[in-house]
Amino acid sequence: MALKIVKGSIDRMFDKNLQDLVRGIRNHKDDEAKYISTCIDEIKQELKQDNIAVKANAVCKLTYLQMLGYDVSWAAFNIVEVMSSSKFTYKRIGYLAASQCFHEGTDVIMLTTNQIRKDLSSPNQYDTGVALTGLSCFVTPDLARDLANDIMTLMSHTKPYIRKKAVLIMYKVFLKYPESLRPAFPRLKEKLEDPDPGVQSAAVNVICELARRNPKNYLSLAPLFFKLMTSSTNNWVLIKIIKLFGALTPLEPRLGKKLIEPLTNLIHSTSAMSLLYECVNTVIAVLISLSSGMPNHSASIQLCVQKLRILIEDSDQNLKYLGLLAMSKILKTHPKSVQSHKDLILQCLDDKDESIRLRALDLLYGMVSKKNLMEIVKKLMLHVDKAEGTTYRDELLTKIIDICSQSNFQYITNFEWYISILVELTRLEGTRHGHLIASQMLDVAIRVKAIRGFAVAQMATLLDNAHLLTGNTQRNGICEVLYAAAWICGEFSEHLEDPMQTLEAMLRPKVATLPGHIQAVYVQNAAKLFATVLRKHDGETESQAAQETSQLLIDRLPLFVQSANLEVQERASCILQLVKYIQKLQQKNVEVAEEVTALFAGELNPVAPKAQKKVPIPEGLDLDAWINEPPSESESEDEKPKAVFAKEEPKHSRSRHTEVDEKELARRREVRKQEQANNPFYIKASPSSQKVYDAPGVEHIPVVQIDLSVPLKVPGMPMSDQYLKLEVERRQKEKAERKKKEKKKKREKRGKERKADSGPESEEDITPAHQVDIVTEEMPENALPSDDDDKDPNDPHKALDIDLDKYVPYCRHLQFIHVLHIVYDIQGNHQDESKVVVSVIFENKSDSFLKSMEFNVLDSLNSKLQRPEGAGAHDSLTVPFQLPPGQDTHAFLFVSSVSVSIVAVCIDCFLMQSDESSTHEKLDFKLHFTCTSYLITTPCYSDAYAKLLESGDLKGSSLRLEGINMPFHHLLARICFHHHFSVVERIDSCASMYSRSIQGHHVCLLVKTTVSIDAKCDEPSLLGNVLDEIKQTFSKC
Amino acid sequence: MQFMLLFSRQGKLRLQKWYVPLSDKEKKKITRELVQTVLARKPKMCSFLEWRDLKIVYKRYASLYFCCAIEDQDNELITLEIIHRYVELLDKYFGSVCELDIIFNFEKAYFILDEFLLGGEAQETSKKNVLKAIEQADLLQEVSPALAKQNVPLFVTV
Repeated sequence: MALKIVKGSIDRMFDKNLQDLVRGIRNHKDDEAKYISTCIDEIKQELKQDNIAVKANAVCKLTYLQMLGYDVSWAAFNIVEVMSSSKFTYKRIGYLAASQCFHEGTDVIMLTTNQIRKDLSSPNQYDTGVALTGLSCFVTPDLARDLANDIMTLMSHTKPYIRKKAVLIMYKVFLKYPESLRPAFPRLKEKLEDPDPGVQSAAVNVICELARRNPKNYLSLAPLFFKLMTSSTNNWVLIKIIKLFGALTPLEPRLGKKLIEPLTNLIHSTSAMSLLYECVNTVIAVLISLSSGMPNHSASIQLCVQKLRILIEDSDQNLKYLGLLAMSKILKTHPKSVQSHKDLILQCLDDKDESIRLRALDLLYGMVSKKNLMEIVKKLMLHVDKAEGTTYRDELLTKIIDICSQSNFQYITNFEWYISILVELTRLEGTRHGHLIASQMLDVAIRVKAIRGFAVAQMATLLDNAHLLTGNTQRNGICEVLYAAAWICGEFSEHLEDPMQTLEAMLRPKVATLPGHIQAVYVQNAAKLFATVLRKHDGETESQAAQETSQLLIDRLPLFVQSANLEVQERASCILQLVKYIQKLQQKNVEVAEEVTALFAGELNPVAPKAQKKVPIPEGLDLDAWINEPPSESESEDEKPKAVFAKEEPKHSRSRHTEVDEKELARRREVRKQEQANNPFYIKASPSSQKVYDAPGVEHIPVVQIDLSVPLKVPGMPMSDQYLKLEVERRQKEKAERKKKEKKKKREKRGKERKADSGPESEEDITPAHQVDIVTEEMPENALPSDDDDKDPNDPHKALDIDLDKYVPYCRHLQFIHVLHIVYDIQGNHQDESKVVVSVIFENKSDSFLKSMEFNVLDSLNSKLQRPEGAGAHDSLTVPFQLPPGQDTHAFLFVSSVSVSIVAVCIDCFLMQSDESSTHEKLDFKLHFTCTSYLITTPCYSDAYAKLLESGDLKGSSLRLEGINMPFHHLLARICFHHHFSVVERIDSCASMYSRSIQGHHVCLLVKTTVSIDAKCDEPSLLGNVLDEIKQTFSKC
Repeated sequence: MQFMLLFSRQGKLRLQKWYVPLSDKEKKKITRELVQTVLARKPKMCSFLEWRDLKIVYKRYASLYFCCAIEDQDNELITLEIIHRYVELLDKYFGSVCELDIIFNFEKAYFILDEFLLGGEAQETSKKNVLKAIEQADLLQEVSPALAKQNVPLFVTV
């Protein structure tokens, strides 16, 4: 035997430790996987040893391998073994391994509950520390439920080291077990004023995290945090508090007003960039929430913008980035203050850091106005040209389009310019965004009627120069624009100067190399063009041109008929046959133009992308209901023949649509128009912005002559610049004219009041170059106006939305009208089991200062107040603080007590009315010591539990709960939490639970899903009381 | 903070700490993706990037990248501060720390991190207190073997 031990320990000398493993892996770079698999085999051997040191070493190595990506879940039980070691060295390693390897699905976590509870109450603070740290990583809903009470107790531990950890981990517990928030909250709040700065900052952290998710429940803490903010000097804490205020102010604007001053002071005084940044962000958030009716805060905005400018000008890339980020927040509400820094933002476009350039781009998006749009886009176009790397260039491209198209093309005064920009963008090589450009072209051409003539001319040029775009079709997404070009030319072909030429361009053999969907559009629109050509030559007898066109189609279309793409092939062969037929008619000199045009008559209206989604479901329509009963799946073989021979049922239903005549249709249309006019949700065709153009008269607006000084046909030449120049000239001219008029007016008004100089051009002064009608997209009738913002139902923070100002139902409340409000809670004392702790919160409800309070407790046989040493048996206990009006605070009393009882307490309050006079009031009340206060959550293993039940010492009783409809695990959680039980075992529909009183009485429960509880206890009176209390708890819900 | 990763210039993971429950598969995916993204960035670029719905804050010390994921409303600069503070702590503890210290004593690196952050929040802002707690806990532990050193210290080449 001895020899075996010696041999064993010699073997151990050759075990690898972690360093050896790491070294080994580094030395086996070539066959790492093989080396590690032998190591894992060794580890498996080591784990079989009884020696805990060997096991811990093995677990330590496994933790390292886990980081390298190897699966170590098979060793979960060994990790629990190492965690349970009594030696700190090994415990520490065990908990580390657990926190790295365990997750919610790890089933051995169930086994750890009791071990963790033991470690939490260990006299060694470092045992408690590692347990808390580990728990923070792998806490599950079950662990949270079972340990919430223990951790709550630790929040009032004597050592700040434990307190701060306990406070921080409570946040994780709340997330997993939201029911614990309400009872824990008073204690958490109290920790905000903990003497230890670490604990205080932990409490601030937790409340800040909670409040960020559900701010409205924490508004009442604002005064306390305000006090902390003005007194604290710890930047870490300040940042959190300021962030918290940022979350609160949107709910309480008055708070915002109060905050501005201390925040601006901090902005001026602090040297810490992180704090400065947080302050600026919160000031911005505050100002956003105050944005209406607060004219006096332009100074604060100016201050923020100034500080941000300093950040952006800094050489530190990080500050530059954050400065731009914060600037974009200001932009949303105070665009004017940011716009004056346009130069700086444009400079950032030249930065070598791409992420900074992208931020600057984001800012530019919000900075454009009618006045500067062209100029900004021009700058961006320059950047597009010199940008290296396609990703950034593509980003620029999308941004240009975003900037121009934002809010329904609000800032575009000259659509010819915009079309030219789009055409220029098509020359970008290798961009992925051909589709985007194409959709813009379509959008503008469809919705801006006045621009169609120009757009069609440009598109015709594009089609003519298609070879420039299709240089490399494989990776060139730009050919998508040809799709748009072909469609626009076809649809609005009446604007084409030379449709024949365009038609010819669309039928070139090279087209067959384009992607299928584009070819299909080409073919279809060639037919439209064909109709236009015919119409143009309508009336000319034996028109040569018309016949030539037919011949052209007949010659070229067969190429498409052979296309591999079904769509192309089908369209081409249809149209080919049509044209052949028309040709026949033409040869007989039949007038065909009108009929062919009729094929493509009518105008397409733009439909909003969300239109379909917004069609309200008519009343009485159930989309989920079956129209026909689904065939039953159990249909057996011999039933089938029956169905075959079944008589067909007579059908009476006829299509409803057939009988609607023209008149009826017209009537309905009228009714619908009426409805639309009265429906506030229906978006009408005339936009409500400054641009109200008389919609019905669109056709009569003369389309401005295309300025032929702009060279349309030179594809390589950027044209948008010319528009910029023209635009500037135009504006100057307009301005001059306006000034002239003004002068005239002034002259007329001479002698009257002097008008101030009109100053720089304001937004409204810029008139668009064209009278344009931007057609709004159609929406269905009765469309709902807003999108419902669907919140994630799985968000864990949702469950924490608990109104904490409501009375805590689990504590008892006493209210002495006008003077004092008392909340108290009684719990067994973990350190000394013969005592219970009464935590009391006093709130001064009166208007006077509460100078002092004295507790007088009438000791009884069963309970005794724990008095300071040396005090007499009847001395009163002075509460060690004073209470200003409206404030509350917390105190502890220790009471030695042994059974359920009622303790009579009398409080002497000395209220101070003024400096001299004071009154004295005596308040009597009783503390009800419930049984639950005497129960202590105690783990129990199932074998011990079985033995206990078998012993026969226990008396039984049972209880039925009526009207409970909550999930079983919630029910269990409630019993655990409110009555200090722990679950011993849960099998399907029932669970056994255990708890112990401070005097050592056992209480066992068997809870069934039928909500009946069988209970056994060795003290019958205790049992009866516990059951009564459980019944009470559930009657409240 | 959602998680913290330490990895080398070669993309080798040196330390990982997750403050949100995720499956191993998901963790591996995130790690791979982030290591690639961060290593691809040029040295002169700023330390922040937006990734999924999180913000990534990273900083390079010598051959090691420290990389943290924070939520949208969190403060980037204080996160940089946290990273820096952690490096300072490592430096104080190991005495001019280098990558090898973290590789060979990786459990110590975790212990220090756990004393500094808990559940993703800074639990102790005083360096002295953190080191004191670690030293006292170490006293309870049996003596560990001497440390091997041969690499460039992290902290000098900030």
